[in-house]
Amino acid sequence: MLDKTFETPKPKVIAGAKHDWELVIGLEVHAQVTSKAKLFSGASTQFGAEPNSNVAFVDAGMPGMLPVINEECVAQAVRTGLGLKAQINTFSAFDRKNYFYPDLPQGYQISQLYHPIVGEGEVFVELGDGTARLVRIERIHLEQDAGKSVHDMDPNNSFVDLNRTGVALMEIVSRPDIRGPEEAAAYVTKLRQIMQYLGTCDGNMQNGSLRADVNVSVCRPGDYEKYQATQDFSHLGTRCEIKNMNSMRFMQAAIDFEAHRQIAILEDGGEVTQETRLYDADKNETRSMRSKEEAHDYRYFPCPDLLPLEIEQEWINDLAAQLPELPDAKKYRFINEFGLSNYDANVLTAETQNASYFEKVAQGRDGKVAANWVINELFGRMKKDDVTIANCPVTPDQLGGVIDLIASGEISGKIAKDLFEIVYTEGGNPAEIVESRGMKQVTDTGAIEAAVDQIIADNPAQVEKAKQNPKLAGWFVGQVIKATGGKANPQVVNQIVAAKLAL
Amino acid sequence: MSDLMKLTLAGARDALRAGETTAVELTEASLAAVAASKPLNAFVHDTSEIARSQAKAADARIQAGDAPDMCGLPIGMKDLFCTKGVATQAASAILDGFKPKYESTVSQKLFDAGAVMVGKLNMDEFAMGSSNETSVYGNAVNPWKVDERDLTPGGSSGGSAAAVAAETCLAATGTDTGGSIRQPAAFTGITGIKPTYGRCSRWGIVAFASSLDQAGPITKDVRDAAIMLEAMCGFDAKDSTSMNLPVPNFEAALTGDIRGKTIGIPKEYRVEGMPDALETLWSEGRQMLRDAGAIVKDISLPHTKYALPAYYVIAPAEASSNLARYDGVRFGHRAKLEAGDGITEMYEKTRAEGFGAEVQRRVMVGTYVLSAGFYDAYYNRARRVRALIKKDFDDVFATGVDAILTPSTPSAAFGLGEMADADPVQMYLFDVFTVTVNLAGLPGISVPAGLDSKGLPLGLQLIGRPWKEGDLLNTAFALENALGFNAKPNQWWR
Repeated sequence: MLDKTFETPKPKVIAGAKHDWELVIGLEVHAQVTSKAKLFSGASTQFGAEPNSNVAFVDAGMPGMLPVINEECVAQAVRTGLGLKAQINTFSAFDRKNYFYPDLPQGYQISQLYHPIVGEGEVFVELGDGTARLVRIERIHLEQDAGKSVHDMDPNNSFVDLNRTGVALMEIVSRPDIRGPEEAAAYVTKLRQIMQYLGTCDGNMQNGSLRADVNVSVCRPGDYEKYQATQDFSHLGTRCEIKNMNSMRFMQAAIDFEAHRQIAILEDGGEVTQETRLYDADKNETRSMRSKEEAHDYRYFPCPDLLPLEIEQEWINDLAAQLPELPDAKKYRFINEFGLSNYDANVLTAETQNASYFEKVAQGRDGKVAANWVINELFGRMKKDDVTIANCPVTPDQLGGVIDLIASGEISGKIAKDLFEIVYTEGGNPAEIVESRGMKQVTDTGAIEAAVDQIIADNPAQVEKAKQNPKLAGWFVGQVIKATGGKANPQVVNQIVAAKLAL
Repeated sequence: MSDLMKLTLAGARDALRAGETTAVELTEASLAAVAASKPLNAFVHDTSEIARSQAKAADARIQAGDAPDMCGLPIGMKDLFCTKGVATQAASAILDGFKPKYESTVSQKLFDAGAVMVGKLNMDEFAMGSSNETSVYGNAVNPWKVDERDLTPGGSSGGSAAAVAAETCLAATGTDTGGSIRQPAAFTGITGIKPTYGRCSRWGIVAFASSLDQAGPITKDVRDAAIMLEAMCGFDAKDSTSMNLPVPNFEAALTGDIRGKTIGIPKEYRVEGMPDALETLWSEGRQMLRDAGAIVKDISLPHTKYALPAYYVIAPAEASSNLARYDGVRFGHRAKLEAGDGITEMYEKTRAEGFGAEVQRRVMVGTYVLSAGFYDAYYNRARRVRALIKKDFDDVFATGVDAILTPSTPSAAFGLGEMADADPVQMYLFDVFTVTVNLAGLPGISVPAGLDSKGLPLGLQLIGRPWKEGDLLNTAFALENALGFNAKPNQWWR
């Protein structure tokens, strides 16, 4: 599929006081499954509802209430697994992860420790500099989200909102294949892109639909290769887990801080303690949440309320058959079908809505021209207004109409930009606008000849010079176009000027 | 009036249909008997208003000719069943004041069939106990009494058994995690069946150990067990462990004909210190089944001796997790906090105040066996034992055995308070014949067989093939006919 081979990126190297260090990163991405109802109840998953309004009895941990698996959530996890070219396990099972917290009403989270629904897969992560990393996925499991504790509403009491309790999450666990903060961000971006294409997670980090726990360790150059050769983790440094990152920028800053912190400890002769840490964005630092000694003993055991989840291979095949085109496939199709550059194809396939917009514009038109218009004019203009494709004021038909008018020679490229601005701000049919506002290119040689004659007559000295130096003809062309308000067809003007000056 | 309460479910059903009495009359008789049974402490929540309105509705249905078998029949409801708008405490202080906004599937099915709920019944706290002494309401008392001692009605469904044996209601719901239906039935001279795991929906039943809990009826005889079980069971999409199978007509299975059936007698169920009377009854039972035309043969269930330890690992493990939700945050009891107390103190104080000693013990045992480093040694090993126990039964059934006859309990009811200072394991030993059935998920029924040397009832247990409750009930029916047990306790409490 790849018509371009990518170099493997160099790991990020941090120069310590004594020697160089490399980063090793593994991610656990928690992606909220796109579904109407929760993983084990019929309650709505709608974001932003009144506190405690989307809560079924089972979500609230009421006595005697039982979970029942939501088939759509299972299908979404399977689709995600298929999108990551992963092993789909026809047998999986749910376990209880036990711990006390007020926003965990059952006193346990139902998860999949021992038998996850999705096994090993991979994600191809391209970096901006033309390098790319194949990140291995260890597993994806389904689990319940917790609720939300609210501590700032009252000086004496805390409050609990159970709307999010029981919403389905996919925990996507990578191998420690990521070697720098930028790679980590690129990996999450790619995962998000794939899930958005699949419609399995909206990827909204602000709303918490996508969060990552980041495992960071550092090692000396050469050690990672030993790990790769043996898969023996003892060649790697002790890792710390930074919890709950919900911004790409903060995630990179946190990794950077954490790596430097660990390097300082190691170069000082100390040892990194395996622990869970929190990132404080205000201070740009990570802080210990709980050490290994204080770590919860989650007492995992198979959830006796649920039978093992057994799915048919045929059902998986059906889901696979209905899978949409994925980002990599779409990108290479754009390159092959429309002759786009790797860069343009990346930009256009970053989001599925952008890609489908582009495809509509490119339909029956020159793909490269369409790509230029979508990326440079449309995206540029949208960025200025902070508008997304979903509420873009220009339809693919309108933009296509503008491009068609250039192709047919009815307007010049310059006029087209003005026309685009009109369509963007005022709307309307591009062809009608050109007609009604007299924006058509003048190809009437008579009118152009008259204009050329006038310029020649007004500038005898220039005419003399031009006869000595034919390159000066361009000056006449410019004057003519200016005189016609930009509407004169430049090619026609060129010919007439050359003829009149007898060059 | 009291004559009405001597009726069985079947007898009362037939009397209602024949117009010889009304649901209202039956219900009033039951409510009067309940009121007169205070010394037994079997009923813990009054539902007389609901009962009266259900009785009226039942009479209307009977008159309209639309009366299912349970219609108009007064029954008691174990406090473990969530009943909408009615106090549901699982006999625990931690559920103080809890009134669910939902009706359990089993109680709803019974109500849909027209049953009348005359009250909620005492039990061991969270169904953890074999004597009803762990109840926050204090123990229920066995209607059987042969000397000055008050006896345990058994547990955990002790209130249910006491109420039915005392003829305060015609039948009662129970639940059985390790014998909690069969042992109290045996101790009080009545019948109790635990169906195959998955036959009754667990939805709305306060969970003790989810992989073992099953609801079932406690009744005066086998026919009543068949009638009431049929009304209670059936597939429920709200319980993922409930089985999607049609519910047979269990009463129709009661032909009494067991000719050609094979009954197994497991040698491992003969334990040391078993009273002679029980030995004798067990032998008699064997002979009676043979006389009825069954083939009786000795069998072996070799892993039986590991059942009790495995049970007391698995059940507490699940319980420790199931009971984590009682944290004082959303419902039930919440401890009064001191200034400066945080969430940890709230949990600790609430649970220390809300849970009794036995529940605390099992939560701690369960937490221990699931904890890192012990999980394999205890929980996983217990699961392997469980699989072996199930295999023991599968192997025996594969040789053509249709049912297995054992004693229900190792002895008759003991005196209340007698176990107070004993090692808790002494109490657990009363479950030795019943836990295997829960571990294997099989149906089991206890029928009253006779009296011990002191005049206290003893029960025999029949264990059946999975999903073959009809066959099991029929074998029990044949045994019941042959045993002819008809002793009743003196109504000393009236």
